[in-house]
Amino acid sequence: MIRRGRHWLSQTISRQQTAGALSESIKSDGAAGVGGPARRVFMFAGLAALALVPPIALMLQQPFYLDLFTRIMIFAIAALSLDLILGFGGMVSFGHAAYLGIGAYAVGIAGYYGITDGFAHFGIAVLVSALTALLIGLVSLRTSGVFFIMITLAFGQMIYFLGLSVNKFGGDDGMTIAEHSRFAGVDLFADPAGLYYFTFCALVLFLWIGFRLVRSRFGMVIRGAKSNERRMGAIGFPTFRYKLCAFVASGAMCGFAGALLANQALFVSPALVHWTRSGEILVMVILGGVGTLFGPILGAVLYLVLEDVLSGVMDYWQLVLGLILLTFVLFVRTGIVGIADWQRRGVRHA
Amino acid sequence: MALLLEQLLNSLQFAMMLFLMAAGLTLVFGIMNLINLAHGSLYMVGAYVCASVFATTGSFAVGVLAGLAASLAVGVGIEVTTFRTLYKRDHLDQVLATFALTLIFNDLVRLIWGPTALYAAVPAFLTGRVEILPGTPYPAYRLAIIAVGFAVAALLYLVITRTKLGMIIRAGASNRVMAGALGVNIVLLYTIVFAMGALLAGLAGLMAGPLFTVASGMGDSVLILAFVVIVIGGVGSMQGAFIAALLVGFVDTMGRAYLRLLLGQFLAPTAADNAGPALASMMIYIVMAMVLFFRPQGLFPARVR
Repeated sequence: MIRRGRHWLSQTISRQQTAGALSESIKSDGAAGVGGPARRVFMFAGLAALALVPPIALMLQQPFYLDLFTRIMIFAIAALSLDLILGFGGMVSFGHAAYLGIGAYAVGIAGYYGITDGFAHFGIAVLVSALTALLIGLVSLRTSGVFFIMITLAFGQMIYFLGLSVNKFGGDDGMTIAEHSRFAGVDLFADPAGLYYFTFCALVLFLWIGFRLVRSRFGMVIRGAKSNERRMGAIGFPTFRYKLCAFVASGAMCGFAGALLANQALFVSPALVHWTRSGEILVMVILGGVGTLFGPILGAVLYLVLEDVLSGVMDYWQLVLGLILLTFVLFVRTGIVGIADWQRRGVRHA
Repeated sequence: MALLLEQLLNSLQFAMMLFLMAAGLTLVFGIMNLINLAHGSLYMVGAYVCASVFATTGSFAVGVLAGLAASLAVGVGIEVTTFRTLYKRDHLDQVLATFALTLIFNDLVRLIWGPTALYAAVPAFLTGRVEILPGTPYPAYRLAIIAVGFAVAALLYLVITRTKLGMIIRAGASNRVMAGALGVNIVLLYTIVFAMGALLAGLAGLMAGPLFTVASGMGDSVLILAFVVIVIGGVGSMQGAFIAALLVGFVDTMGRAYLRLLLGQFLAPTAADNAGPALASMMIYIVMAMVLFFRPQGLFPARVR
């Protein structure tokens, strides 16, 4: 009886209160990544450009670019999944590569046991990474701030060492995957363009889901918890459960990206899960712009293109990349998306 | 019995390396609230400089001094140039900047010393074995590491509990804003604490050199273990770091040595062969998860808030 009463109360209060609490944070966030009209035009132009990559690569006889951009879009999905909890929920997960690895190993291990069906592959990848995220989230979300960063980092390394020590699936050397995922018996990914457009559609789908999620009641609660968790709790929202849900959804999405990555490389190894990989995903999000939907995609493009160009020119490309990143943090301080509307918003971290 | 003793000493030796890494990190973290991924680079610099100077001069003492000096210089250098700007930034910026630093240092050592791993020799006077029990020899070098670890721990304990500097450090760890308001020169304190952390990391690195390979990126995996130690021990707490290092060292070494045998009692041999190493490599993270589940702030949190 009392429980029901409290629940009813929280429901009524929440409708009015969240609106007030959130309009404030939305104002300071510049529509929180959903973007103004200019940004939206830019986003559609960018997606259209991505859709045109395969014919252009074919025309230029450079199939390599198809590969590069497939990789970029896969990492864009991973970065987007991280930004959904990092930018909108304030949860800095430093172990996101773990889900990437789990998704990739799901395809590899299922293939090892003779399962080639794509629905099964992607289903297992999403389910197992969601389950792992649930377990990791249950422990790590009890903490916040720097603790949360270090704990997710440590759990990521745990998955890394797990992959390293299971000799049956290649251990340190990794495992080669014999076949692509097949959908209803059709090898959709035999043609690189097939994989490209599949990845492209997944990216657009996840962007749309992210767009809807951020504006939904659920997204409002998550964003409210980021700006003031105690207030959201006082209003009557069980913020822990909301955050855990978001954490699991993000892990599942990243697991999907991992399954795509396995299909692209036809190889998985624990190196995919190493903490520096988690760092790279984080860097993509920060480079592109935290708390925006299109930022992580831009960040993935910038990071991987930089990596590709620099490593083609010199041996010690990480040195240059590190210097660029350092300069970026110390002097620029906002993501690429942030630079674009610097004047409108002022400097972000103030 | 002899084997058990040997494994116990191994875990003690591993714990001492972890403690040296974690001690500096927990101070930097507890006092400046800065997440420093580049701490592993200081470890690497210590190892590289000591190994190469030892190889060229032939004197271990000179190598040690050079290694310590190099990690101190690099530590103070990055503190003054980058970290001072980072203290007031949010954790995301700190992560990105120190991540960039690890990329830079990993490539710098490859640029200077070449891409292949460096061979680090054990000094001649520590190459032998010592009979700890009749019929049970143990490498003298590992015993020396344990001794150095305990000596440093004792010294740190004295500095932190008995000196004025230690008092200021403790004040900073429990409430740095109040310490600043009471007239402590925070900028100088930060540099001193960071220098101490760099020295300890360099010491750990140069001692680790002969045991592991001296290669680019060698500090990265130790860094994560040091984070685990800090998280279990409680941020900013020296005795927390010490006890957590012992715990992590013990669990990891014993898990790798005995978990497979233990599982063999309950499981089929092949299953135990597969599950043993996998579980052993995850043990410390499971311990960390358990500690955090019951005490999210760690075993001995220094900060009262």
